[in-house]
Amino acid sequence: MTAARRAHVPVFAALADETRLSLVARLGDGQPRSIAHLTRGSRLTRQAITKHLRVLEKAAIVHSVRAGRESLFELDPAPIDEIRKYLDLVSGQWDQALSRLKSFAES
Amino acid sequence: MGNRIEKRIELNAPVSRVWRALTDTREFGEWFRVKLDGPFVPGQTSRGHITYPGYEHVPWVAVVQKMEPERLFSFTWHPYSVDPETDYSQEPSTLVEFRLQETAGGTLLLLTESGFENIPSHRRLEAFRRNDGGWTEQMKNIESYVAPGS
Repeated sequence: MTAARRAHVPVFAALADETRLSLVARLGDGQPRSIAHLTRGSRLTRQAITKHLRVLEKAAIVHSVRAGRESLFELDPAPIDEIRKYLDLVSGQWDQALSRLKSFAES
Repeated sequence: MGNRIEKRIELNAPVSRVWRALTDTREFGEWFRVKLDGPFVPGQTSRGHITYPGYEHVPWVAVVQKMEPERLFSFTWHPYSVDPETDYSQEPSTLVEFRLQETAGGTLLLLTESGFENIPSHRRLEAFRRNDGGWTEQMKNIESYVAPGS
Protein backbone atom coordinates (compact mmCIF):
# COMPACT_ATOMS: atom_id res chain seq x y z
CA MET A 1 0.00 0.00 0.00
CA THR A 2 2.73 2.43 0.98
CA ALA A 3 4.74 1.93 -2.18
CA ALA A 4 1.56 2.23 -4.22
CA ARG A 5 0.61 5.33 -2.31
CA ARG A 6 3.97 6.93 -2.94
CA ALA A 7 3.55 6.15 -6.62
CA HIS A 8 0.40 8.29 -6.61
CA VAL A 9 2.29 11.48 -5.86
CA PRO A 10 3.85 11.98 -9.31
CA VAL A 11 0.53 11.11 -10.94
CA PHE A 12 -1.36 13.74 -8.94
CA ALA A 13 1.45 16.18 -9.64
CA ALA A 14 1.55 15.48 -13.37
CA LEU A 15 -2.19 15.97 -13.65
CA ALA A 16 -2.24 19.22 -11.71
CA ASP A 17 -1.97 21.33 -14.84
CA GLU A 18 -4.69 22.36 -17.25
CA THR A 19 -2.67 21.79 -20.40
CA ARG A 20 -1.74 18.30 -19.32
CA LEU A 21 -5.31 17.54 -18.31
CA SER A 22 -6.51 18.59 -21.73
CA LEU A 23 -3.84 16.42 -23.37
CA VAL A 24 -5.02 13.47 -21.29
CA ALA A 25 -8.59 14.23 -22.31
CA ARG A 26 -7.63 14.36 -26.00
CA LEU A 27 -5.83 11.03 -25.73
CA GLY A 28 -8.68 9.55 -23.72
CA ASP A 29 -10.23 7.64 -26.62
CA GLY A 30 -7.17 5.40 -26.71
CA GLN A 31 -5.97 6.58 -30.14
CA PRO A 32 -2.24 7.40 -30.38
CA ARG A 33 -1.63 10.92 -31.65
CA SER A 34 1.36 12.85 -32.93
CA ILE A 35 2.78 15.97 -31.29
CA ALA A 36 1.76 17.93 -34.38
CA HIS A 37 -1.82 16.72 -34.00
CA LEU A 38 -1.87 17.51 -30.27
CA THR A 39 -0.43 21.00 -30.91
CA ARG A 40 -3.16 21.83 -33.42
CA GLY A 41 -5.86 24.00 -31.88
CA SER A 42 -3.65 24.85 -28.92
CA ARG A 43 -2.24 28.28 -28.14
CA LEU A 44 1.00 26.61 -27.10
CA THR A 45 4.03 25.87 -29.23
CA ARG A 46 5.06 22.42 -30.29
CA GLN A 47 7.99 22.65 -27.85
CA ALA A 48 5.69 23.49 -24.95
CA ILE A 49 3.32 20.63 -25.79
CA THR A 50 6.29 18.27 -26.04
CA LYS A 51 7.46 19.34 -22.60
CA HIS A 52 4.04 18.63 -21.11
CA LEU A 53 3.91 15.24 -22.83
CA ARG A 54 7.29 14.37 -21.32
CA VAL A 55 5.96 15.17 -17.84
CA LEU A 56 3.01 12.86 -18.46
CA GLU A 57 5.37 10.23 -19.84
CA LYS A 58 7.55 10.39 -16.73
CA ALA A 59 4.49 9.69 -14.60
CA ALA A 60 3.63 6.78 -16.94
CA ILE A 61 0.31 8.37 -17.85
CA VAL A 62 1.29 8.39 -21.54
CA HIS A 63 3.92 6.58 -23.52
CA SER A 64 5.29 7.21 -26.98
CA VAL A 65 5.36 4.81 -29.88
CA ARG A 66 7.35 5.28 -33.08
CA ALA A 67 5.46 5.50 -36.33
CA GLY A 68 7.95 6.05 -39.12
CA ARG A 69 9.73 9.34 -38.42
CA GLU A 70 7.08 10.48 -35.95
CA SER A 71 6.52 9.87 -32.25
CA LEU A 72 2.94 9.13 -31.36
CA PHE A 73 1.66 9.46 -27.81
CA GLU A 74 -0.79 7.05 -26.30
CA LEU A 75 -2.66 7.19 -22.97
CA ASP A 76 -2.26 4.52 -20.30
CA PRO A 77 -5.35 4.79 -18.05
CA ALA A 78 -3.89 2.61 -15.26
CA PRO A 79 -2.15 5.35 -13.18
CA ILE A 80 -5.29 7.53 -13.22
CA ASP A 81 -7.35 4.52 -12.26
CA GLU A 82 -4.96 3.89 -9.36
CA ILE A 83 -5.29 7.38 -7.91
CA ARG A 84 -9.05 7.13 -8.21
CA LYS A 85 -8.94 3.93 -6.16
CA TYR A 86 -6.71 5.64 -3.60
CA LEU A 87 -9.12 8.58 -3.29
CA ASP A 88 -12.01 6.10 -2.96
CA LEU A 89 -10.18 4.46 -0.07
CA VAL A 90 -9.57 7.73 1.79
CA SER A 91 -13.14 8.77 0.99
CA GLY A 92 -14.51 5.54 2.46
CA GLN A 93 -12.56 6.09 5.66
CA TRP A 94 -14.14 9.53 6.04
CA ASP A 95 -17.61 8.03 5.52
CA GLN A 96 -16.98 5.69 8.44
CA ALA A 97 -15.47 8.38 10.67
CA LEU A 98 -18.31 10.82 9.99
CA SER A 99 -20.93 8.21 10.68
CA ARG A 100 -19.24 7.55 14.05
CA LEU A 101 -19.19 11.31 14.68
CA LYS A 102 -22.92 11.47 13.91
CA SER A 103 -23.84 8.76 16.42
CA PHE A 104 -21.45 10.28 18.95
CA ALA A 105 -22.78 13.85 18.70
CA GLU A 106 -26.43 12.81 18.54
CA SER A 107 -26.37 10.53 21.57
CA MET B 1 -13.13 12.25 -9.27
CA GLY B 2 -11.60 15.50 -8.07
CA ASN B 3 -8.37 16.37 -6.36
CA ARG B 4 -10.38 16.72 -3.21
CA ILE B 5 -12.76 14.74 -1.09
CA GLU B 6 -16.01 16.44 -0.15
CA LYS B 7 -18.60 15.18 2.30
CA ARG B 8 -21.70 16.72 3.76
CA ILE B 9 -23.60 15.28 6.64
CA GLU B 10 -26.59 16.49 8.67
CA LEU B 11 -26.34 16.00 12.40
CA ASN B 12 -29.33 16.20 14.71
CA ALA B 13 -27.32 18.12 17.28
CA PRO B 14 -26.72 21.82 17.87
CA VAL B 15 -23.66 23.47 16.35
CA SER B 16 -22.12 23.94 19.81
CA ARG B 17 -22.36 20.19 20.42
CA VAL B 18 -20.75 19.30 17.09
CA TRP B 19 -18.03 21.90 17.62
CA ARG B 20 -17.14 20.27 20.92
CA ALA B 21 -17.09 16.80 19.36
CA LEU B 22 -14.65 18.13 16.76
CA THR B 23 -12.32 20.22 18.86
CA ASP B 24 -12.28 18.73 22.35
CA THR B 25 -9.44 16.26 21.94
CA ARG B 26 -11.01 13.65 24.19
CA GLU B 27 -14.29 13.81 22.29
CA PHE B 28 -12.55 13.93 18.91
CA GLY B 29 -10.63 10.83 19.94
CA GLU B 30 -13.84 8.97 20.79
CA TRP B 31 -15.28 8.98 17.29
CA PHE B 32 -12.10 9.39 15.27
CA ARG B 33 -10.48 6.63 17.30
CA VAL B 34 -7.29 8.35 18.29
CA LYS B 35 -5.69 9.10 21.66
CA LEU B 36 -4.26 12.60 21.60
CA ASP B 37 -1.45 13.84 23.84
CA GLY B 38 -2.71 17.40 24.26
CA PRO B 39 -5.32 19.96 23.18
CA PHE B 40 -5.68 21.32 19.65
CA VAL B 41 -3.93 24.68 19.30
CA PRO B 42 -3.79 26.54 15.96
CA GLY B 43 -0.30 26.50 14.49
CA GLN B 44 0.81 23.64 16.68
CA THR B 45 1.48 20.00 15.92
CA SER B 46 -1.00 17.60 17.46
CA ARG B 47 0.38 14.20 18.38
CA GLY B 48 -1.08 10.94 19.58
CA HIS B 49 -1.79 7.47 18.33
CA ILE B 50 -4.62 5.76 16.52
CA THR B 51 -6.88 3.55 18.63
CA TYR B 52 -8.72 1.99 15.69
CA PRO B 53 -8.46 -1.81 16.07
CA GLY B 54 -5.59 -3.12 14.00
CA TYR B 55 -4.01 0.32 13.59
CA GLU B 56 -2.83 0.91 17.18
CA HIS B 57 0.79 1.12 15.99
CA VAL B 58 -0.01 4.15 13.86
CA PRO B 59 0.95 7.55 15.24
CA TRP B 60 -1.34 10.53 14.74
CA VAL B 61 0.45 13.67 13.61
CA ALA B 62 -1.41 16.73 12.34
CA VAL B 63 -0.79 20.46 12.32
CA VAL B 64 -3.81 22.41 13.49
CA GLN B 65 -4.52 25.29 11.11
CA LYS B 66 -7.70 27.16 12.00
CA MET B 67 -10.14 27.09 14.88
CA GLU B 68 -12.95 29.58 14.29
CA PRO B 69 -15.45 28.66 17.02
CA GLU B 70 -18.55 26.86 15.72
CA ARG B 71 -17.57 27.68 12.12
CA LEU B 72 -14.32 26.15 10.96
CA PHE B 73 -11.79 23.64 12.24
CA SER B 74 -8.89 22.64 10.00
CA PHE B 75 -5.64 20.74 10.10
CA THR B 76 -3.03 19.39 7.70
CA TRP B 77 -1.81 15.81 7.86
CA HIS B 78 -0.52 12.91 5.83
CA PRO B 79 -3.51 10.80 4.86
CA TYR B 80 -3.37 7.04 5.32
CA SER B 81 0.14 7.08 6.76
CA VAL B 82 -0.10 3.65 8.33
CA ASP B 83 3.33 2.14 7.75
CA PRO B 84 5.50 2.62 10.87
CA GLU B 85 8.66 2.03 8.80
CA THR B 86 7.96 5.01 6.56
CA ASP B 87 8.84 8.62 7.22
CA TYR B 88 5.85 10.49 5.84
CA SER B 89 7.17 13.93 6.71
CA GLN B 90 8.48 14.45 3.18
CA GLU B 91 5.27 13.29 1.54
CA PRO B 92 2.48 15.58 0.45
CA SER B 93 0.23 16.75 3.22
CA THR B 94 -3.44 17.38 2.69
CA LEU B 95 -5.71 19.98 4.26
CA VAL B 96 -8.74 18.73 6.19
CA GLU B 97 -11.48 21.28 6.84
CA PHE B 98 -14.63 20.88 8.88
CA ARG B 99 -17.18 23.65 8.28
CA LEU B 100 -20.28 23.94 10.40
CA GLN B 101 -23.60 25.54 9.48
CA GLU B 102 -26.67 25.82 11.64
CA THR B 103 -29.78 24.26 10.13
CA ALA B 104 -33.40 23.87 11.26
CA GLY B 105 -32.67 20.30 12.33
CA GLY B 106 -29.28 20.91 13.89
CA THR B 107 -25.96 21.16 12.07
CA LEU B 108 -24.77 20.74 8.55
CA LEU B 109 -21.17 19.55 8.55
CA LEU B 110 -19.09 19.99 5.42
CA LEU B 111 -15.84 18.10 5.27
CA THR B 112 -13.21 18.63 2.61
CA GLU B 113 -9.81 17.04 2.25
CA SER B 114 -7.76 18.73 -0.44
CA GLY B 115 -4.24 19.01 -1.77
CA PHE B 116 -3.58 15.48 -2.95
CA GLU B 117 -1.56 16.91 -5.81
CA ASN B 118 0.83 18.82 -3.57
CA ILE B 119 4.39 17.72 -3.47
CA PRO B 120 7.20 19.20 -1.40
CA SER B 121 8.77 21.22 -4.16
CA HIS B 122 8.27 24.96 -3.97
CA ARG B 123 8.33 25.53 -7.68
CA ARG B 124 5.70 22.91 -8.29
CA LEU B 125 3.56 24.13 -5.43
CA GLU B 126 3.41 27.50 -7.12
CA ALA B 127 2.33 25.89 -10.37
CA PHE B 128 -0.43 23.99 -8.59
CA ARG B 129 -1.78 27.14 -7.01
CA ARG B 130 -2.07 28.78 -10.38
CA ASN B 131 -3.88 25.80 -11.80
CA ASP B 132 -6.18 25.12 -8.91
CA GLY B 133 -9.26 26.53 -10.60
CA GLY B 134 -9.90 24.19 -13.48
CA TRP B 135 -8.84 20.99 -11.82
CA THR B 136 -12.02 19.64 -10.31
CA GLU B 137 -14.08 20.27 -13.41
CA GLN B 138 -11.40 18.84 -15.64
CA MET B 139 -11.04 15.68 -13.63
CA LYS B 140 -14.77 15.05 -13.89
CA ASN B 141 -14.39 15.21 -17.63
CA ILE B 142 -11.43 12.90 -17.62
CA GLU B 143 -13.12 10.31 -15.51
CA SER B 144 -15.58 9.61 -18.29
CA TYR B 145 -12.73 9.38 -20.78
CA VAL B 146 -10.74 6.85 -18.85
CA ALA B 147 -13.58 4.87 -17.29
CA PRO B 148 -13.15 1.17 -18.03
CA GLY B 149 -15.12 0.10 -21.05
CA SER B 150 -15.51 3.59 -22.52
